[in-house]
Amino acid sequence: MQRRDVALLSIGSLVLLLTLAVFFAVFGRQAANPPLAEMGGQFQLVDTEGSVVTQDDLVGKPTLLFFGFTYCPDVCPTTLFNLTRLIQQLGNQADQFNYLFVSLDWERDGPEQLARYISVFDERIRGLSGNEAQINAIADAYRVQYERVPMEQGDYTISHTAATYLLDREGSVVGTLAYGFDLDETQASLEQLLPSS
Amino acid sequence: MLMLRSALLSTLLLMSSALYAHHDGTHHELSDGEAPAIEVTQPWIRATPPGAGAGGGFITLTNHGNADDTLIGATTSITDRVELHTMEMDGDVMRMAPLPGGIEIPAGESVTLAPGGLHLMFMELASPIVEGQPIPITLEFQYAESIEAELQVVPVGASPEGEGAHAGHHEEHHEEHGHMAH
Repeated sequence: MQRRDVALLSIGSLVLLLTLAVFFAVFGRQAANPPLAEMGGQFQLVDTEGSVVTQDDLVGKPTLLFFGFTYCPDVCPTTLFNLTRLIQQLGNQADQFNYLFVSLDWERDGPEQLARYISVFDERIRGLSGNEAQINAIADAYRVQYERVPMEQGDYTISHTAATYLLDREGSVVGTLAYGFDLDETQASLEQLLPSS
Repeated sequence: MLMLRSALLSTLLLMSSALYAHHDGTHHELSDGEAPAIEVTQPWIRATPPGAGAGGGFITLTNHGNADDTLIGATTSITDRVELHTMEMDGDVMRMAPLPGGIEIPAGESVTLAPGGLHLMFMELASPIVEGQPIPITLEFQYAESIEAELQVVPVGASPEGEGAHAGHHEEHHEEHGHMAH
């Protein structure tokens, strides 16, 4: 084996090791679900009309709360579409719930961008945005994990919690729906959150 | 018979062109008789909401040849920015990761880019991806010659026929359903 080959081989192994290290740093972490009782709290955001929305505005109706961003290639539109189908399935019960989509992309998503984006989904889904501090506050409160993943040319995408949060009429978190939630199961869970007639 | 002949012919053409395909030299040279032969099936993408910055394209790549190959990139007329990405559900957290090294397609195997995992990431979309307006793409490989394909556009949240049922459902999906307080 020539010296050049040995050098190439060592560089190759080093690159492989670094790649593995990065891979495990990205994928190796297991996200443990924090207890529901620790989730929730104060927040202040704006809707697509520019009106301020806080936790107090949710009280009185159970809430479905989903975090995402409009640069999201798949998980966010799929979840918003699933929510739209859920709202249709709920029929005349649908108006008894709040539906919120909070953008974690405080740099690129504002009220106008969110308004365009959510226009294809059910109009009862409200799009909320905020500045960096406001988004970090609600992410901390709901134990939402999010981090920017750099891409080429200084661009970024966002890894984030893709569960949909269920809040009761007092605004306390009572459950989360995993990505791709089943409509019938969810409808049954939601009906339990309504006042018993 | 004619079909079979043309299939054989195109396979041969693919194999021979693959032998001459240029590559960046970081991998070993293909030796005589070694050639990948990539077949593209079911290219698709979901329509995007207005203002969406990105969309994920899906495809199945089968390597009928006897040499490994790597999908190293893709180009399209709708944007200058296409990257190869993967995503993974880590509990409830969706993690995205670019794959600058490409996606390997081992000899004799199929690799499926599908929701919840590997995807072609279309970025800086100037206008939404619209149902009924297929997206032309050119897939670039390390060895095999580039392949042109058209991504069929299905509605937001939908999947093409034979790709599993409703929105959000896919094979790699974790079967846990969140957690409820009692």
